[in-house]
Amino acid sequence: MTTRPFSDVVYHQFLAEEKLMGSRCNHCHARYVPPRPLCPRCLRGDLEWEEANGRGRLVAFTCIAVAPPFMAAQGYGRKKPYVVGVVELEGGGRVDARIEGVDPQRPEDIRIGMPLKVKFLHLRDVEPPASYLAFEPL
Amino acid sequence: MNKRKLGRGVTIVGAGMTRFGLFKDRDSKDLFAEAFTEMLGSVDRGVDPAEVEALYIGNFSNDYFARQSHWAPLIADVIGLCPKAATRTEGACASSALAFREGVFAIASGFYDLVIVGGVEDMSKRTTEEVAEGLALAAAPYESRAGFTFPGVFGAVATAYFDRYGARREHLMDITIKSHRNAPLNPKAQFPFTIRDAMQAKAESLRKRGQPVPDWKDEKDFLRDPGVNPMVAWPLYLYDCCPISDGASCLLLAAEPIARRFTDDPIHVIGIGQGSGRGFHGSSDLTTFEATRHAAQEAYAMAGLAPRDIQFAEVHDCFSIAELIHIEDLGFFKPGEGYKAVSDGQTRLDGPKPINTSGGLKCKGHPVGATGTSQLYEVWTQLRGQAGARQIPQADLRFGAAHNLGGTGGTSTFTILERR
Repeated sequence: MTTRPFSDVVYHQFLAEEKLMGSRCNHCHARYVPPRPLCPRCLRGDLEWEEANGRGRLVAFTCIAVAPPFMAAQGYGRKKPYVVGVVELEGGGRVDARIEGVDPQRPEDIRIGMPLKVKFLHLRDVEPPASYLAFEPL
Repeated sequence: MNKRKLGRGVTIVGAGMTRFGLFKDRDSKDLFAEAFTEMLGSVDRGVDPAEVEALYIGNFSNDYFARQSHWAPLIADVIGLCPKAATRTEGACASSALAFREGVFAIASGFYDLVIVGGVEDMSKRTTEEVAEGLALAAAPYESRAGFTFPGVFGAVATAYFDRYGARREHLMDITIKSHRNAPLNPKAQFPFTIRDAMQAKAESLRKRGQPVPDWKDEKDFLRDPGVNPMVAWPLYLYDCCPISDGASCLLLAAEPIARRFTDDPIHVIGIGQGSGRGFHGSSDLTTFEATRHAAQEAYAMAGLAPRDIQFAEVHDCFSIAELIHIEDLGFFKPGEGYKAVSDGQTRLDGPKPINTSGGLKCKGHPVGATGTSQLYEVWTQLRGQAGARQIPQADLRFGAAHNLGGTGGTSTFTILERR
């Protein structure tokens, strides 16, 4: 669908366009999200972009109370923890993402295996503007 | 598995380290000088420093923490080694295990006979937030961008482990309590106190300030108190996390044919393995580190030993959950059985498989680049029966091991040592 390089930069450009994109190997058909410059199985660069359907399930998570500077700048921290997790995508691939729509104050209620759908977070008041991958309960 | 062997035998004939802690008035070269001086004093028959042929020094990120790069020649200068070769290795928290490995290979190849390997890190001159940001540079890029911190990555590993095997936060507390029981016995430890000592100190400070003292009924009750042990990254709390530390450690490696010039009791390097791992996005199972499994297989194959033969080990407990994962990845316990073994007391100093007799990263401290060779320092000390109050009570220690993990599983090493 496009010949943009299979790079992290382009992956993040797609997130800004609200598309979760990965690389599909034309040889062995394995899919990787985020994309990879070479298929790690065949070590070939014969790839095409494929959009994930945006559904997945939670395989691990944490609620962070001691935030890194870029999250602290958004008001997150001890008084306002946030949730991040690892999501296994339908169709293949695992991504690290923010998890929204769950209560960071009640981590014991968050369930591994819960179905999720993609959501895109856009920070417009930072320079340069940044987009982040997030998921919320389906 | 290819049973790789060293070209010739390599031994450790001296070891030294600073106490780990916060040393605001000293930098990396000052700390390394102290470790070096202790190492010279540890060589039973003495060593002429002029005989040392090269230095391999592990350092993760003094570039960031101390705003100074290129530490190998600076340290070579301090220990009188210039103009001989000095090389820095970087593998995040496993940086000095890589220095050790390079030193071993240099001797095994026949190129050198006598080298110093070690590590150093100087972290206390930055704020906690800056240190956290610096450490996150060693995570996989997608992890840090999503908002994962280092404790966050290991917190997520803990949720996956809990979900699969039914372990709970209380099991992690058993690891913390065990490490804190060993720490007061180690004069090098940053936190030389038990959890019970911490309870008493906290009660005393509350009493002095005229504040009510909670009625903690035991160590776990104390650790459940968020006023004492706040959440860092669910399900990890402050007492699940290793501290920010400064420190240095070093070892003197000698080719086996000349080892007895320095001591009658050299410690032999018989297994050495290293692996690489992908971040979360590339791992199909978050309850194991593929890099560790690879490193362990290599080391066991080289040594011709099985996990049951290893009598004790230092493992990379940057977080309590990490110790659980490692003792399973190294084959000491079956997957999902590690937490039961810990709660059963099997990894205590007086148990059948003592783990982290030094107090581990949790209590001894974790000056990132210095940790790998400090773990080998502990194994060397225990094998030679020189660990004093924390000496493992088993008679005839022969095989000990050290496991060092870099980043969020990106680099892992496993080293098996033997006393003959």
